[in-house]
Amino acid sequence: MEPRLSVGSVPTLAIEDVGRTFPGVRGGPPTRAIEPTSLRIADNDFICLLGPSGCGKSTLLRIVAGLDRPTTGRVLLDGEPVTGPGAERGMVFQSYTLFPWLTVAENIGFGLREKGTAPAERRRIIAHYVERVGLGGFEHHYPRMLSGGMQQRTALARALANDPKVLLLDEPFGALDNQTRALMQELLLGIWEADRKTVLFVTHDIDEAIFIGNRVAVMTARPGRIKSDIAIDLSHPRHYTVKTTPEFSAYKARLTEEIRIESIRAVEMGA
Amino acid sequence: MATLGGFVNRTFLADPITMIVSGWRLLVLHGFYVDIGVTIWRVVGGFVIAAVIGVPLGAAMGAYKPIEAFFEPFISFARYLPASGFIPLLILWAGIGEKEKLAVIFIGSFFQIVLMVAVIVGSTRRDLVEAAYTLGASAGGIVRRVLLPSSAPDIAESLRLVLGWAWTYVIVAELIGASSGIGHMITDSQALLDTGQIIFGIVVIGVIGLVSDYLFKTLNQRLFPWSLA
Repeated sequence: MEPRLSVGSVPTLAIEDVGRTFPGVRGGPPTRAIEPTSLRIADNDFICLLGPSGCGKSTLLRIVAGLDRPTTGRVLLDGEPVTGPGAERGMVFQSYTLFPWLTVAENIGFGLREKGTAPAERRRIIAHYVERVGLGGFEHHYPRMLSGGMQQRTALARALANDPKVLLLDEPFGALDNQTRALMQELLLGIWEADRKTVLFVTHDIDEAIFIGNRVAVMTARPGRIKSDIAIDLSHPRHYTVKTTPEFSAYKARLTEEIRIESIRAVEMGA
Repeated sequence: MATLGGFVNRTFLADPITMIVSGWRLLVLHGFYVDIGVTIWRVVGGFVIAAVIGVPLGAAMGAYKPIEAFFEPFISFARYLPASGFIPLLILWAGIGEKEKLAVIFIGSFFQIVLMVAVIVGSTRRDLVEAAYTLGASAGGIVRRVLLPSSAPDIAESLRLVLGWAWTYVIVAELIGASSGIGHMITDSQALLDTGQIIFGIVVIGVIGLVSDYLFKTLNQRLFPWSLA
């Protein structure tokens, strides 16, 4: 069994008292999306941000990405405050965001081209990630010719090819069918086990969170804040059969209970 | 048909046979193809000038809010100024030569192009722009590698529409104070009561429009294979 990467090491990413309030629509009262909340993410951590729908977990991720600004608090990456989006925080979105005018290979190379990587080096990296996500033979296809699962694999390769310090994923497999979703989880887990990227993964799926994460941070119903942070002590490499073990079930029972309370609150608030 | 059946006086509406015969005479005896060439040159010339200036300005307006705020009110106003209404003024300024013809087409196309391009570029999918930012794209990179390529097929499509309108303007411009062109031939024929020639002229414009439209469409499909459904 590999040693679990401890929470105590130097945080790569620090979310410090980040809160977000959206201004009211048409003179209505402002919406508090996130209560000031904090989270420390160590190098090589794989953290799942789990919460009921509408709890602000995607908003929190967008703030980390620099696509949204916090109303209070700040986000630090290696001690430097985040002020906007950047290549060191790669992101995979829930919606399909491949550039439709570029082929699979050109999509994967988008960030490299922006960085000014030499063409030969760029081709090598693209070929590596095409192979990595199993898209060999589809390099010159346009996104509209691909299935949803293949599009998300390309999006994952596009983010990884940029070699970001932190990989942010916003329910990337949410729109896929169950079988494809399970395969994508294994793919991502395999990549993480090999490369040990620092990952922040947003999901509302408890099984998914336990299976791929080494920590699960549970968020409350809106206004969201992180209410518990649970280490998942399942050994790596994880095989999909881990989902049927008693340890997995114990985590699931615990998280189901935590999420249930929040989901009920969310429904009562009309979310 | 109405004419061939004897229902309408052929002085006012020539029958198709007369039309084709006078069309043939025009081409062979009167060098009408020169007029056709002149007209095509004017349309393409005025249109290209309008597109070369209008597309970048529209793209800048769509990409940058302050630029849009600066130009939008004037261009929205100018769009409604009838290009044909400018003809007398343009004749005073530029004479009845080619400059005036090009200017009419320019005025008729330019403002339409600017506004359509601004709207197209401004409505680029937000999530694609965000994805590009998280891949490290700079502001310039967003414009060059996201906004422009994603808008290109729609821009080409709007240019195709505007080219159609440019054809209307050129004929109006040629009806007044011109010594060549299809529109000039039409006014001449009116003086000679030759409705066959007039109708032939109109049909020629239609055919040229159809051909240019088809060429434009084929070109768009060649250039943007990714946008086909």
